[in-house]
Amino acid sequence: MVEHGDIRVVHCGGSKINFRDPVITHDSRFLLCASGEAVKVFSTSTEECIHELRGHTGLVTGVLLRPSNHLQVYSSSLDGTLRLWDFTDGILIKVGQRFQLVAVHLPQSGDQMVEAQELSAVLSGVNPNPAAIAFGRGGEFIASVNDLQLEVYFFKKQKSYRFFLKEDNKKGGWNTFTCVACHPKDDCIATGHEDGKIRLWRNFNHKKEYTYSTLHWHHSTVSSLCFTPEGTNLLSGGVESVLVQWRYNQESERDFLPRLGGAITHITVSPDGSLFCTSHSDNKITIIQSCVKVSAVIQGLVKGDSIRTDLMMDPRSKALVLNGKPGHLQFYSLQRDKLLYNLDIVQQEYIHESGLQQFEVVKAAFDASGSWLATVEERHQKAAELELNLKLWAFDEQTQSFVLNTTISAPHDAQITAMCFCQPTDSQTTLLVSTSKDGHFKAWQLAAPAHTEDEGPSWLCDFVSAYHGLVPECCSFSADGSLLAVVFQEVVTVWSPSTWELLTTLSQPPGAVSDLCFGRLSCSKYLLGTTASNLLCWNLLTCSLEWTTSMDVRRLVADPLSENMAAFCYQSGSTDLFVFKPSEPRPLFSHKAVCSGKVTQAVFAPREEMLESCEESSQWLNRSQLYFLTHFSLITRFLLSPLKLVIDDSVAMTPFYLLLGKHRQQQQETALPQTSTSLLLLFFPFFSQLLQTPAHVLPSTSYLCSMFVQSLLISAHAEEEMESEKEEEDSEEEMESSRSKPELAAAAATESDTPALTKAQARELRRVRKLDHSWLAGLLDS
Amino acid sequence: MGEFKVHRVRFFDYMPSAIRTMAFNSQTERLAVARADGAVEIFNFNDNFFQEKVIPGQDGRATEALCWVGHRLFSAGLNGEITEYDLENLRPQYTVDAYGGPIWTISSNSQGTQLAVGCEDGTVKIFAILEERIQFQRNLNRHKGRIISLCWHPSSAQIAAGMTDMIKIFDAETGHATRRLLVDRAMGASKNKEVVVWSVGYLSDHTIISGDSAGKVQIWNGLTGTLVRTYLVTKWDVLVLSVSKDESSVIAGTSEGTVIQFQFISSTVDQHDKEWVRTRTFRNHSHDVSALAHTDTAVVSGGMDTQLVVRPLLDKVEKNTQESALRKIAFPHRSLVGCAKKAGLLLFQFPDRLELWKLGESEGHVCLMYPYFVCRFLQGEDHICCSALSACGGWLAYSTVSSVRLYRIQYNNTISINKVGTLARACSRQPVHLLCASDDGKWLATANTDCEIHIYNLHKMKLHCMVPVYNSCPTTIAIHPVTNNLISVHADQQIFEFSLVQKEYTQWSRRLQAQGLLSLWLERDTPITHITFNPKNPDHIILHDTYMFCIIDQSLPFPELNAVLWNQMTLKSLPVSQRIGQSHAFKICKSFQHLMCVSLLEDLSLVVVERPLLDIMSQLPAPVRQKKFAT
Repeated sequence: MVEHGDIRVVHCGGSKINFRDPVITHDSRFLLCASGEAVKVFSTSTEECIHELRGHTGLVTGVLLRPSNHLQVYSSSLDGTLRLWDFTDGILIKVGQRFQLVAVHLPQSGDQMVEAQELSAVLSGVNPNPAAIAFGRGGEFIASVNDLQLEVYFFKKQKSYRFFLKEDNKKGGWNTFTCVACHPKDDCIATGHEDGKIRLWRNFNHKKEYTYSTLHWHHSTVSSLCFTPEGTNLLSGGVESVLVQWRYNQESERDFLPRLGGAITHITVSPDGSLFCTSHSDNKITIIQSCVKVSAVIQGLVKGDSIRTDLMMDPRSKALVLNGKPGHLQFYSLQRDKLLYNLDIVQQEYIHESGLQQFEVVKAAFDASGSWLATVEERHQKAAELELNLKLWAFDEQTQSFVLNTTISAPHDAQITAMCFCQPTDSQTTLLVSTSKDGHFKAWQLAAPAHTEDEGPSWLCDFVSAYHGLVPECCSFSADGSLLAVVFQEVVTVWSPSTWELLTTLSQPPGAVSDLCFGRLSCSKYLLGTTASNLLCWNLLTCSLEWTTSMDVRRLVADPLSENMAAFCYQSGSTDLFVFKPSEPRPLFSHKAVCSGKVTQAVFAPREEMLESCEESSQWLNRSQLYFLTHFSLITRFLLSPLKLVIDDSVAMTPFYLLLGKHRQQQQETALPQTSTSLLLLFFPFFSQLLQTPAHVLPSTSYLCSMFVQSLLISAHAEEEMESEKEEEDSEEEMESSRSKPELAAAAATESDTPALTKAQARELRRVRKLDHSWLAGLLDS
Repeated sequence: MGEFKVHRVRFFDYMPSAIRTMAFNSQTERLAVARADGAVEIFNFNDNFFQEKVIPGQDGRATEALCWVGHRLFSAGLNGEITEYDLENLRPQYTVDAYGGPIWTISSNSQGTQLAVGCEDGTVKIFAILEERIQFQRNLNRHKGRIISLCWHPSSAQIAAGMTDMIKIFDAETGHATRRLLVDRAMGASKNKEVVVWSVGYLSDHTIISGDSAGKVQIWNGLTGTLVRTYLVTKWDVLVLSVSKDESSVIAGTSEGTVIQFQFISSTVDQHDKEWVRTRTFRNHSHDVSALAHTDTAVVSGGMDTQLVVRPLLDKVEKNTQESALRKIAFPHRSLVGCAKKAGLLLFQFPDRLELWKLGESEGHVCLMYPYFVCRFLQGEDHICCSALSACGGWLAYSTVSSVRLYRIQYNNTISINKVGTLARACSRQPVHLLCASDDGKWLATANTDCEIHIYNLHKMKLHCMVPVYNSCPTTIAIHPVTNNLISVHADQQIFEFSLVQKEYTQWSRRLQAQGLLSLWLERDTPITHITFNPKNPDHIILHDTYMFCIIDQSLPFPELNAVLWNQMTLKSLPVSQRIGQSHAFKICKSFQHLMCVSLLEDLSLVVVERPLLDIMSQLPAPVRQKKFAT
């Protein structure tokens, strides 16, 4: 791509478009909405994103058309700035001054900020939700709701009135205010409440003679209210996902637009009143023509309550797949930042009511060619048995979509913890393995129909097994499909799928293995696993632990097209990324503090065409890109860019490097003939013993620990041993203090003075150290 | 306080009659309520909504409309007669036949000089109100179809009349119809069903408000005859409308049991162009709301479910006071149960009959004898005003508007003796509503609705003295059998004890007044309707209202103003030695609800007559069907 390409993290999409209410332009042609750190301009007719107004460095918290020039738009952001944009051309015009937004407790929405100085004096205790504030007729007053209080402030008279409601009425309703809207022509304030009621307040310029009428259709919280520009209708929406249109002053007549798909969070109306626009909790904006017809749907990445299926790549469409709408899998195009389609997995009507337990897609897996998809849905009701369904979907070439092939109800007795397809290169039979909390793992196979010719092949259970009654947590097939590794808490069992024979068990206490990954291509002899505190790598040829490093790896991802692996580890509030090859000791790339918070979902997406990048540190991005999901539900990726990034020196000195470095040191030494090998064994007689013994025959850790500590102690009489200890001390120091090279050299010099080591050995050691740091130097230079 | 054997009586199947119509007199703050059995009740809103007068009904007198003219009360009914009531003697004074078939509505003009009635044959008849009677004056132009509702314009120049499918405006001078407002029929399937304008209102700015059987409340401009606005408030009928005195608010009662308020509000803060806006909805009834009154501070509604509901308008009263509490008046404010303490007999008074029951007996948990029905006295056309049973159970007396009857009861053998004795007539103009004789037969106490209590000496057959007049009407009086003190409880829940011998309030009463009653006691919303005494312990006074009964121990100190009134539970938890310090004169029991009578028999067993409201509700006809969410 570029010669001096650096790698940086880019928010590439999937951000919430329903965070704040969108704005429709005066000509009803464009829709503007806050989306992460940008403002997106959509066409209301084609649903396409036309511009992205980028420039804010914080979350955009409000968008508002400029009243004096309707081709310009203000946006506000958590970075404390207001920006004025020309949205037709996507140009930034002006950056506004900073307001102390959070300090004055004003909602971070554009319209309020314009009058921030004034308001900070008149209203206090304002709800942070911008729906809780509205300007009245011609801006003469402002109404704000919070909790059980409605406050109206008249700008002319500079007087405010407060109205309180009782906490709850006898019939069990909750009177808490949720939103407010003001009639554009009359002095009428509409407020929405938690119990689904809408109150229309009038005469609120009196302390006592105020009056309100109550409208009740919604059965749960009213989340948004909006008057049409002429004030003839009132629109309301809530979790029922029904847009209700009330005639103003004729409230018994109302129209409904049902089945909008998700709980309504915002409602806006275009200035000419021809278009309504509703934001939904499933990250969707629906554009409605005069309350009768849905004319366009702008769908963002659906963020459910949790992403229970992992991020996956559909091998055919190269789309990102994860659970989206309730009961659906969504296929999301990463290139276009657009939802391709939803696959209805559950195939049941979703009831829009909070608190109901309904079927959810919890697991999904693709096979290597993308011709089979396995999904698991479950419903867990209180005081009822778990309902589980395993569904297998075949890709139909004609309809270009997945067709349900087999439904297995209650495939396991308890929740399914993991599921994976065998990835055979040539074999005809596809194999699916599922592990469950009931202690079993099952293998499912596509079997030919037994009796009738009409039915196609369906999936049957082929093999059931357990291991010492332990709960299997995850499973993985090797790249060629010849090995299956299933983790039973601390023990990794390796099976042969062809004969269903337990080949070996690998174990590295303490800590249950939470993530498992086979190496690919040239590294296919390695099996990587993560525990709560360690990253482990076993060599399957020797059945022994190849290396280990202590880090809190939250997610381990393998690139399907190369040997590379990416490990996200969580450290003191932020997440670090390391990209490495299992066979090589040093990471290809490391990036501290990729984002704050934990990263639990990541995926390698294959590139459409390979890049030719000669830069060593960025070669891992040639074949595929790494995407991960932050807790803002923004998809983020690593991008090669000409932009220079100053990399902090401390990046190099991570525990990862140090341990890998040490490991490499060992490797180098093993590569050297007898001397260094003997040296290693001499240095670490106990350590090597520890590593070479199979894990399951080792004595207890407490016993090992005392032995280990003893082996580290300096014995006063053995000079040779002391030297070795010194050596180790050096490496320890390296770990801790990240010494600079001259110092190390000096240390080496002092070592060389000691007679026990031969000159050759000392030189060798020095060389090893230099080698260790060369890649760091390379990084620093670049 | 001791333990009692309790006769829990639930076989008094008293059924109040549905409220048909009501009229509110804002000068005297009296509300007249007409029930379906023809009875008319007068409530005094100045005195804790006390039901001060009851005019018993009569078979065949179905009151459709009530109308106050000054202090005079007129009613009209489907029997085609206009009745004026004698509010002193509590009986109809005279009736005038309108000769127009059944009368649906009656309305007086604002000056109180003319009375208009709407008849079945389509005529609006005007009667002149004279000193002692009314006189037919003229007919307005006759039209086809019955006149359902009428309303005078405040200037008395026009009358708006609601009919089927239309509203007509008559000129009161000429008698010609000047405007005809056509009312739309209901949408949908009932298009062929004619729409009945159940109620009209005529405001001083010539706005006409109508409520009809299609569920609409419509606002018309009476000058141009144009429809201004339609509010569809229910799927069923809008039965009644009521306009507030200042014409800023209108309430409408519907078949669904809701009352909907409309207010005349300026649409924007600064401007003065006002419009009618539907505002609040009150849902206090389960059945049709057929009677409504808009007082200055409250919405009074009544209907099929027999309860009178006073719902204060919170913007007109102080919040969190006694005034702002919702009141439901379900039972009459007088005792309908008589109890023979020696014989263990109960006398139940119904509008048209009396029932005599013998109480059961039991020992431990073994029932020796079930209560059984002794006999029934059927009364003819006139309904029963009041009744009494002597303590020995041998004598029974009851009265109607026209006569008093006395029966001697010798089981299964009744003899009727008509005997009317006269006492010296007191100098009161108001009717006596409470009467009480002492056990020794020497004293007789009477109370009337002017709040006066007179004491008569029956031996000398003359007035003994008069108790100082208190400003609240006595709800019950009783003479103590031992001390001959008169105990009176008033509508504002105050208790007085008056010594008949010394002709002054007793020390106990003075102490009670000096210390004052607890606010919890004073805020009870049903009046005390009966007092009885403990024959074994003269210090104990037993009194009850609908929701509790209370034993007042005159030997114990009064509760401090900040004390807990209901302290039985805390007393129970305390050791015996500390109870004395904590206990006070009021012992309240709430285990029995909807009490009609509490009385203590000779053998110290307590008779508790309950009439659960749920039983009453279950006997009502089914309400109109309403869609309930999630059904």
